[in-house]
Amino acid sequence: MLLEAISKGSQTFDPTMILQMAGIAKSFPGVRALDGVSFSVRRGEVHALVGENGAGKSTLMKILSGAYQSDRGVITFDGKVVALPTPSQMIGLGIAVIYQEFAQAPHLTVAENIFLHRLPRTRFGLVDWKKASLDARGYMERLGFSVDPLARIDRLSVAQRQMVEIARALSRNAQLIVLDEPSAVLGDNELQKLFATIRSLQNEGVSFIYISHRLKEVFDISQTVTVLRDGKVVNSTATRQMTTDELIRSMVGRSIGDYFPARNPKFGAVVLKVTGINRGKILKDISLTLRGGEIVGICGLAGAGRSELLRAIIGADPIDNGRIELHGKELTIDTPRKAISLGIGFAPEDRKTDGLFLLQSVSFNITISRLRDFLSAFRLDLGKERKAAQDFAARLRVKTPDVDARIGNLSGGNQQKCVIAKQLNAKCDVLLVDEPTRGVDVGAKREIYELLVDLTERNGLAIVMVSSDLPEVIGMCDRILVMCEGRIAAELAKADATEEAIMKHATIH
Amino acid sequence: MSDLTTTQPQSNIHKLSASILKASGLLWVFLGLCVVAALLSPAFLNPANLMNVFRQVALYGIVSVGMTFVILTKGIDLSVGSILGVCAVAAALLLTGGWSPWLAVVVVLLIGSGLGAVNGIGVAVGRVPPFIMTLGMMVMARGLALTLANGQPIGLKDAAASFAWLGRGALLGVPVPVWIFAVVAAIAIFVLRYTPFGRQIYAVGSNEEAAHLSGISVNRVNFYVYVISGFLAALTALIFVSRLTVGEPTAGTGIELEAIAITVIGGTSLFGGEGGIFGTIIGAAILAVLANIMNLVGISPFTQQIVKGAIIVGAVLYEMQRKRK
Ligand SMILES: Nc1ncnc2c1ncn2[C@@H]1O[C@H](COP(=O)(O)OP(=O)(O)OP(=O)(O)O)[C@@H](O)[C@H]1O
Ligand SMILES: [Mg+2]
Repeated sequence: MLLEAISKGSQTFDPTMILQMAGIAKSFPGVRALDGVSFSVRRGEVHALVGENGAGKSTLMKILSGAYQSDRGVITFDGKVVALPTPSQMIGLGIAVIYQEFAQAPHLTVAENIFLHRLPRTRFGLVDWKKASLDARGYMERLGFSVDPLARIDRLSVAQRQMVEIARALSRNAQLIVLDEPSAVLGDNELQKLFATIRSLQNEGVSFIYISHRLKEVFDISQTVTVLRDGKVVNSTATRQMTTDELIRSMVGRSIGDYFPARNPKFGAVVLKVTGINRGKILKDISLTLRGGEIVGICGLAGAGRSELLRAIIGADPIDNGRIELHGKELTIDTPRKAISLGIGFAPEDRKTDGLFLLQSVSFNITISRLRDFLSAFRLDLGKERKAAQDFAARLRVKTPDVDARIGNLSGGNQQKCVIAKQLNAKCDVLLVDEPTRGVDVGAKREIYELLVDLTERNGLAIVMVSSDLPEVIGMCDRILVMCEGRIAAELAKADATEEAIMKHATIH
Repeated sequence: MSDLTTTQPQSNIHKLSASILKASGLLWVFLGLCVVAALLSPAFLNPANLMNVFRQVALYGIVSVGMTFVILTKGIDLSVGSILGVCAVAAALLLTGGWSPWLAVVVVLLIGSGLGAVNGIGVAVGRVPPFIMTLGMMVMARGLALTLANGQPIGLKDAAASFAWLGRGALLGVPVPVWIFAVVAAIAIFVLRYTPFGRQIYAVGSNEEAAHLSGISVNRVNFYVYVISGFLAALTALIFVSRLTVGEPTAGTGIELEAIAITVIGGTSLFGGEGGIFGTIIGAAILAVLANIMNLVGISPFTQQIVKGAIIVGAVLYEMQRKRK
């Protein structure tokens, strides 16, 4: 069977293609992640790979990197069939996959991270630090970034770290670089820098696979786009010949009308009032009020203190001074536990490290912050708990075999839906959400938007939403606060909110 | 694939059987071991011998239940053996001092829990890594036991008779320690599965930061698991003293390693958040049967140690392999 497949692979071999994957299939218990996927990348092109959460994009890339073994299918790279791909073999062939949660050693330097395990040696077998840092600087400059090669990784911004990953790929002579949702962690100007880097490497003959849920990026950077749905390729064409509508339709199988739900807010009394919060150099004299039924957006560049503000309000980080009033009563909130018991929910930005218990089941994750609803005489009613978790999962269309599945095995976007479901289960009346749709597909985004709007209009929930996705903030929020270097630089009414206005206030002046 | 299968909540039984099933690989290992034991030595199936094995399972099992709680939170408790020693000495001193057995039992359990609480405060509030905190306690408590006992075993003498039931008695033909273990294990299973505290233990073990942000008092959970571990060490000490009619300051030496081995063999992950009591029960049974076979066929205690060590490494290796898949 293998022989047959190989001969079939060589028959259709096309020298203009750097990569050809044919008939790739992969199943997990209860899930058919990939079902006969054929996918080819032309030399020197940027090939966008899109699809709903759980469509199989990351799985396909893990097979390409050798991290997973496919059940069936043939991979041909640079004209040669790769029989049994292993990670080191794929790296050796020139394939580099940069995952969204890339694996870096935080305490090592830039140079060490670039040359990890392959540091240059002197004649005596010792590490040649001089050459290492010189080479590292060379690679970083080729990417248009000047970073001290001896700086520790955890001192760099996320964008710079991503460049370190790309530099590592280049140092291994990568011919094909996979970027799995690179933009999820980048601000707008950082993204432009990344695009510039991609284009210049493209001119040097490097090919890219680019995965993203932001369709605008797909049109900006790619030449070809392939759409996966339920583990199958449903469309693969030149990006020029695509429209946004068509792309969405092939992704979700239907058109999505208005992207943002219509809103007719009814504002209630002031629910949350924050006055003059300070925290070191991170938060300076922050005040905000939030009324019932209102959605307030917070924008700003990375590092402006947006997430830190939310963390300060729920008591995850200590504040130096400032007042917090809830329903007109002054309170000290010194732990998230207290915040939750007062009805303030928080959905953190980094779901893997702060939001989820990856080892545990979907239902465990959804119900953990409020188990008392399922208690009957000191005993958890597991049936009732499971039912509630199923309801949330169905309402948010979480794609999972069942609610007992390990949440770590869900695709990124479906994990994010569970983070939101968890807050809903906690029954808060103030909800602080940090990047609520990061890594979420268009269809699910729309569902989350509808849900948030519905909660404000029907239950009078008040929402503070931090987001780097400007169209999202403008489309969803009744009022927008722009943060810059720990201060609130501007407050914009919905009518005045444009991307230009927000960026103007967000940048340092 | 459908969005969500709408199976009805037959959950309890379903989930319970699922977790037994997970431990069932081990169950087979255990049954296989019993067959081998019976073949190697006819004495194995002798009722008296089996009772001995059961008693052994019970003694190590009780401590291991506490260890399982601690390891589920990603912690470790190296001090259980020494706490057991302090409690054994304390029990002997109280009983020979004329205290009523009931009062002595209560006080000893409080001493064990108290020492566990010191561990808990160090780990939860002081943020001392569990390994270091309980290593310190292991040395301190052993010193305390030796000081209290003046370095000598304390015989119960006349008090022995009134205190014999706990370690040597039987109920419906089953030794009392086995009953105690059964009750402890049943409560532990209930706590882990059916109480919010149990959930919180798993939550803290899988992701402390997420647990904190989910409104769980991480300190409280970290504190209580060490209290539980100390309490169960004290309970074991009482059974020891009752059985041996002597409170030895060196009692329980090395039992922490035994308990860690049992917990790990039982499939509880040293990285926290995964595992449970079923596995620990079978783990205790496997080690007890193994020790018993080796005794019956006359393998020297020194060789036994080599085998035991190899099995622990093997169990962890197996777990890592399984994880990688
Ligand atoms: N290790 C695993 N074990 C079980 N199921 C898995 C595993 N990895 C992926 N899956 C399942 O395979 C399917 C495809 O997942 P994949 O991560 O490839 O989706 P994706 O297209 O990358 O989605 P997203 O846009 O949300 O990142 C999902 O249903 C997911 O739950
Ligand atoms: Mg993915």
